[in-house]
Amino acid sequence: MADATVKRLDASGQRPDGLEGFVADWSSDQRAFKKVSWGKAMMWIFLLSDTFIFSIFLVSYMSARSSTTEAWPSASEVFALHIGGADIPLILIAIMTFVLISSSGTMAMAVNCAYRKQRRNTALLMIATAALGAAFVGMQAFEWSKLIAEGVRPWGNPWGAPQFGASFFMITGFHGTHVSFGVIFLLIVASKVWKGEFDSGRRSWLCREKGDYEAVEIMGLYWHFVDLVWVFIFAFFYLW
Amino acid sequence: MANASDRPDAGIPPAEVPDLALPHPHSWWAKYVFSQDAKYIAIQYACTATAIGLVALVLSWLMRLQLGFPGIFDFITPEAYYQYITMHGMIMVIYLLTALFLGGFGNYLIPLMVGARDMVFPFVNMLSYWVYLLAVLVLVASFFAPGGPTGAGWTLYPPQAILSGTPGGQGAGIILMLVSLILFIIGFTMGGLNYVVTVLQARTRGMTLMRMPLTVWGIFIATVMALLAFPALFVACVMMLFDRLLGTSFFMPALVEMGQQLSYGGGSPIVFQHLFWFFGHPEVYIVALPAFGIVSDLISVHARKNIFGYRMMVWALVIIGALSFIVWAHHMYVSGMHPYFGFFFATTTLIIAVPTAIKVYNWVLTLWRADIHLTLPMLFALAFIVTFVNGGLTGLFLGNVVVDVPLSDTMFVVAHFHMVMGVAPILVIFGAIYHWYPKVTGRMLNVGLGHIHFWVTFVGAYAIFFPMHYVGLVGVPRRYPEIEATFITTPIAGLNAFISVAALTVGAAQILFLFNLFWSLRNGREAGPNPWRACSLEWQTPETPPKHGNWGKELPVVYRWAYDYSVPGAPEDFIAQNDPGPRVERDGPP
Repeated sequence: MADATVKRLDASGQRPDGLEGFVADWSSDQRAFKKVSWGKAMMWIFLLSDTFIFSIFLVSYMSARSSTTEAWPSASEVFALHIGGADIPLILIAIMTFVLISSSGTMAMAVNCAYRKQRRNTALLMIATAALGAAFVGMQAFEWSKLIAEGVRPWGNPWGAPQFGASFFMITGFHGTHVSFGVIFLLIVASKVWKGEFDSGRRSWLCREKGDYEAVEIMGLYWHFVDLVWVFIFAFFYLW
Repeated sequence: MANASDRPDAGIPPAEVPDLALPHPHSWWAKYVFSQDAKYIAIQYACTATAIGLVALVLSWLMRLQLGFPGIFDFITPEAYYQYITMHGMIMVIYLLTALFLGGFGNYLIPLMVGARDMVFPFVNMLSYWVYLLAVLVLVASFFAPGGPTGAGWTLYPPQAILSGTPGGQGAGIILMLVSLILFIIGFTMGGLNYVVTVLQARTRGMTLMRMPLTVWGIFIATVMALLAFPALFVACVMMLFDRLLGTSFFMPALVEMGQQLSYGGGSPIVFQHLFWFFGHPEVYIVALPAFGIVSDLISVHARKNIFGYRMMVWALVIIGALSFIVWAHHMYVSGMHPYFGFFFATTTLIIAVPTAIKVYNWVLTLWRADIHLTLPMLFALAFIVTFVNGGLTGLFLGNVVVDVPLSDTMFVVAHFHMVMGVAPILVIFGAIYHWYPKVTGRMLNVGLGHIHFWVTFVGAYAIFFPMHYVGLVGVPRRYPEIEATFITTPIAGLNAFISVAALTVGAAQILFLFNLFWSLRNGREAGPNPWRACSLEWQTPETPPKHGNWGKELPVVYRWAYDYSVPGAPEDFIAQNDPGPRVERDGPP
């Protein structure tokens, strides 16, 4: 009130570095995150909320697993595939993880191309990402059907604690749903890139927002998050 | 005074983001029904919340009829009674209070108070309302489902919630309840992301965080908390839905029902309690913090004095928000937890009293030697302070393990939480409606009707809940539809009847309030743009009610905080936030 000035630059007109810069940004007007667009800020905050959902799923699973009185099925046996006369533990999940992590690579390349405004490359890399994501979901469906064929159900399984199937289907299912939605939105954004909507600044038919190439990066944030979550699910279900 | 910094725009940085070009709709449907204007969305939220709130009000009447006059109303069976308490609690906490404070007041006030044209993503904001409406409809549908709505208590504790002994447990009631909650959380998340990003990233020039009105601070912190607390409820709902529909045993231990061993086994009902209260305790503050913020503004405006200790008020909100995530198990002292946990959670619970007391002292110190106008918003604000202190003091009883254990699950608990998170926030809601109705409609609410409404509600609420503490202290358990004749029943029978009559009267006063809302829409006195002569930005809009886009051609520029009341030397007793002069020398936030 006394001082009408909004201070956020130092005497030389530069934004200070480090902690002082952080304080300056948060005590400034208009924006707390100076270089972050609305869409990107929204995605970050959504991902924070989603982190809580996955964390709580995993904590509930850990609690069920550590308090069960029945034996927990052994991951290296349950998740083994019988290939060429030998049981290879975790082979499918190794491939799935590899595929998903590779898709993060193609996504990062797509973001790079988007900032160079390479319309064609961006769209193709996003479609590649979506294809890898779809492959992941497909392999997950295969894994589910194999387990179901072996008698694993949400309410029980042949090897021990019934919470195994319940937690497994619920958490990998919830993650798989995230991947599936990601694939759908990747394809939507890819088609917008392909049609050049981000070059012309045309408003979308549904929500009347003007898009730009930053949408690719925001999509990428979501995709990398889903990938990161998978690392935790992988560790807690398959390696524990 | 002729130095350069006295020029209107001196020291205010240029706009960082280009002005938002809002798509202005032309069809009636897009303008009023599928509106993307935060103000219309706010009104939609408020009307829906009020409508479902009326259902909860009627349910509370039915409960009080049964408790006050047991044995007279044949249609209120024990099963029906359980359904009433469950739906009353759930509707009031989630579908009324949360939705009205965040969806209603949040949507209306955030863009106006921070000087934005609208929420940052109007389309997502619109979706938020429609998903909320869907959640409400699913909830209403459970009243018509075979077996009726769930009667598991608003906490929905398993295993009873999904067993056949509980109304709706084996019917559709519990399923619809859980689905409705999941939908609510999805809808809320879409709105909540908008509120947070609007506050952080879409303020106008000159509007620093420490110049925002406390209303915005309260809603902002509550929204952040909701985005982090609702996930726990979401997960709990999904897991219980699976327990009910797929036969998983997340929360279900091995148990025998009607002589039959059920197929469940190995699950832990305590995990549900932890998940529920990890959401449930922040939820108390999700309801309380917007009320704290709003009441700070009401007191400051109607006492013509700046809020005392603005920075302290902001930090107290932040600290309460953070602490509320580590107190949840004080709802579970009787669940058999380790005494060390009880010690930990009792300690954190009592620590929350510190920032809360700071807020109460600051409200009182704002009133100290102020020019208090006993307008309706001020009356409700004063009633809030008293009620909140009352409810808070019984919280000290219940926060301590040794005192809580005998009081747990008695009517004392019911009285406590109704005072602190029922009556207190609702008094603020009323005060806020009397305060902002002129901005929303351009007309004042009728003061005579308002006074009747205030006194009946305020005195009535005490007539209901003060005796209820005593009823609990003598040992009447909560959630019992009827107590057979015992040594307890005789002394409290009269009290129970008295409480019920008071409850019916207070309920009737709310009908009067609703009538006032409709009547004043046409017949209220013209308000003008700033009837309370308030500083904050929402009163400085070019039109009242504000048009789509809020600010006409130019966004406002903010030069000061929202509390420059009775400034010595100023020509009027308030200086609007977007008023560049005069410069006032005083210590305090910029």
